[in-house]
Amino acid sequence: MRATFVVSLAVLIAGCGRIDAANRRGEATPAPSTSRTSTRAAAGSGDWIRPGKDEASTRFSDLNQITRDSVRQLGPKVTFSTGYLRGHEAAPLVVNGTMYIVTPFPNVLYALDLTKPGAPVKWKYEPKPLAAAQGVACCDVVNRGAVYADGAIFFNTLDNRTVAVDASTGKPRWVVTLGDINKGETMTMAPLVVKDKVLVGNSGGEMGVRGWLTALRTGTGEIAWRAYHTGPDRDVLIGSRFKPFYSHARGTDLGIHTWPGEAWKQGGGSVWGWISYDPALNLVYYGTGNPGPWNHEQRPGDNKWTAGLFARDADTGEAVWFYHSDPHDLFDYDDVNESVLVDLSIGGAMRKVLLRPNRDGYLYVIDRTTGEALSADPFVHVTSTQGIDLKRGRPIENEAKKPVLGKVVHQICPAAPGGKDWQPSAYSPRTGYLYIPANNLCMDFEALEANYIAGTPYVGANVRMYAGPGGNRGEFIAWDPVARRKVWSIKEQFPVWSGVVVTGGDVAFYGTMDGWFKAVDARTGEQLWRFKTGSGIVGQPISYLGPDGRQYIAILSGVGGWSGAVVAGDLDTRDGTAALGFANAMTDLPQATSKGGTLYIFGLP
Amino acid sequence: MRAVAASIVVVVSAAFIHAGTAQPLRVCSDPNNLPFSNQQREGFENRIADLLARDLGTVVEYTWWAQRRGFLRSTLLAGLCDVVIGLPRDVEMARTTRPYYRSTYVFVTRKDRGLRIRSFDDAALRRLRVGVQVIGDDGANSPPAHALSRRGIISNLIGYSVYGDYTSKSPPSLIVAAVARGDVDVAAVWGPLAGYFAAAQGEPLDIVPVSPQIDGDLPQAFDVSMAVRPNDEARLAVLNRFLQRRRAAINRILDAYHVPRVPAVSGLSRTNAVSGFSRTDEAGQ
Repeated sequence: MRATFVVSLAVLIAGCGRIDAANRRGEATPAPSTSRTSTRAAAGSGDWIRPGKDEASTRFSDLNQITRDSVRQLGPKVTFSTGYLRGHEAAPLVVNGTMYIVTPFPNVLYALDLTKPGAPVKWKYEPKPLAAAQGVACCDVVNRGAVYADGAIFFNTLDNRTVAVDASTGKPRWVVTLGDINKGETMTMAPLVVKDKVLVGNSGGEMGVRGWLTALRTGTGEIAWRAYHTGPDRDVLIGSRFKPFYSHARGTDLGIHTWPGEAWKQGGGSVWGWISYDPALNLVYYGTGNPGPWNHEQRPGDNKWTAGLFARDADTGEAVWFYHSDPHDLFDYDDVNESVLVDLSIGGAMRKVLLRPNRDGYLYVIDRTTGEALSADPFVHVTSTQGIDLKRGRPIENEAKKPVLGKVVHQICPAAPGGKDWQPSAYSPRTGYLYIPANNLCMDFEALEANYIAGTPYVGANVRMYAGPGGNRGEFIAWDPVARRKVWSIKEQFPVWSGVVVTGGDVAFYGTMDGWFKAVDARTGEQLWRFKTGSGIVGQPISYLGPDGRQYIAILSGVGGWSGAVVAGDLDTRDGTAALGFANAMTDLPQATSKGGTLYIFGLP
Repeated sequence: MRAVAASIVVVVSAAFIHAGTAQPLRVCSDPNNLPFSNQQREGFENRIADLLARDLGTVVEYTWWAQRRGFLRSTLLAGLCDVVIGLPRDVEMARTTRPYYRSTYVFVTRKDRGLRIRSFDDAALRRLRVGVQVIGDDGANSPPAHALSRRGIISNLIGYSVYGDYTSKSPPSLIVAAVARGDVDVAAVWGPLAGYFAAAQGEPLDIVPVSPQIDGDLPQAFDVSMAVRPNDEARLAVLNRFLQRRRAAINRILDAYHVPRVPAVSGLSRTNAVSGFSRTDEAGQ
């Protein structure tokens, strides 16, 4: 087994030699910052070239022209209709005076010229993905954005292509097809470029796909390595460097042996969330999706390596450690949320950690060198588990909340979308707080319900979601990861399904599903400003320095996604189980907003 | 408001009935899902639609849409068509006719193996390789997959996506072909698929209804109806009359496609089994 692993790696590395070493990224590299955080926390550039702002995924912009005082004068400077109606989840990118936005299906890439009044379209690139891909996507036909490197914009299409488009001309440099919609695969995540590779993953855990992360050469699109998340160690790229902190992740071929029979072959563990990178350790961090498509009673065992967090060597893809957040996931708690890399003083010592506000409702602080969980505290109401056993590195199960077919189980909290879904948090090195866009949702597993698909009747649990304690379905939380407590929070009527940006002016921005774009004081949570956009917001705000030297804030408005499918997909809210049970919690959303994608750029007078 | 709605119904149904004035029969159908339907109109639902159109003196006009999540919402309920030829009787999002057939999940085996499996309680199911159809929604599964896992029959199950390989001519056929090839010893398959694809294999296959037909609270047999929009009473009456009058012809079509049928059991799926296809309950606050 080991021999095979070494041989296949050698082949992969040999394949890497074609890259021109001079073909390096030209734009500004992150500048060091002081205070209690990592040097990766702040980027000096006023551009926004990757989804998380920096490789540490802090979504912190050090720009400070917009302050807690001046933000009250913020106003729209440019608006732009994308022409599409489904959920707009992407972060815009800004590179050298041009803004790039990717729409939901059909995944059009627009380049807007920020140097000219009104930011006119420079070009648009239309990848024309297969229409049939829309029928495969589980939860609206979203796209979470693009990344810039080496003069190219990299993004994924719903029908499983990764595209490199020349950032100046809009012409494709290369296009590779990495999956097959006919096998239930789609791609929705935003890639990350690490050195000379672009990292991408597949979606479709509900469809029985076998999840993977793939590294492509930025110059050619050629596959440098691919790591699967079920199956034998050689497929998972587990070898001699793999040193998980906890014993339950140690052993040979656990990606086979923690599943019954051949269930691992359709085991899920897709990658549709966020990737972070620590250049000092040369490790990439990303989480894997839920196991599927089997019901949990059909897959006894830990179901490795689904619903957990990998640290891998950025060059070879070799696994270095794995933290299994949700072994044998019962509740659709994908573990794909962002890892925010910071250095914190914990117990009197500086630790290299990563912060993870997870679907399971816990804020994990994990040593990113070793994979040891240092703390895990609930940031929302949690009943599905009874806490995290840090010594064993796994949740303490709650038997009473285990879904059993034909049995009614009430008040499972958080509901399947988790305490927080994919919508990324932001970390300010100035306040030391993590700003978490959260859900406050619980669910019931009801009795058997019959249904019908592709000519075939089947039965399943009837899942209904509803507001958790307090009646608000969302919350915007400032969390102190050192003190391990909520500092302040703002209750929101709907789940907070947008990303966050926090700035050097100590202002945090986020959006709501009924269309308000809000600025709050990063220290106190006081609402400073708000603007009603045309549709609900499920996108990710950014902060950048325009060609005129002024700070701007940009956001895509356009409701949709899993939570917003009742509007974007015109679902009938009388059918509470639509959108995998989410419709029941969102019956009033169609009255609160309507669909339509629009870019908003805000600035000071 | 009510008067307006009523007049619309009258106009539509008049056009539907007096089809000599060339209002086509608008049907929504999967373009690639034999034996039910395909774009070449080779499925038994295509044949039944032809029969209905002939009866009405018109022709069929199709809207093709994969029958996946959102099918009814995007097609019938969006007004792209007026009739869906095959849906479970109890589907709540649409109005359904009286059922025109009832089928069941079946065990498919190779005749030459002589396995004779009839029941989920057959001890052989614990040691054989068993193919099941897998769905992918949270907590959802084909009824045989539930019945087997309830009995602790887990590690020897092989899953076949209910969607199949949509690039192939017959996406759902993989699970039946797997039995013929010997990839699995037995498969539990929805009857219409099993009957049609078994007949198409070179290898003789046995098809036996699973038992028990109601496994505790799990139904293994389902009534199938035509469907119209919830308020489309006039069209529903036309379809019900057609189904009654042409019962023999419809049965001949189903026979030609080897669709296994079981006798109707009145009211069973609602009272003894699950909550049916009901989706109206607004509880859960």
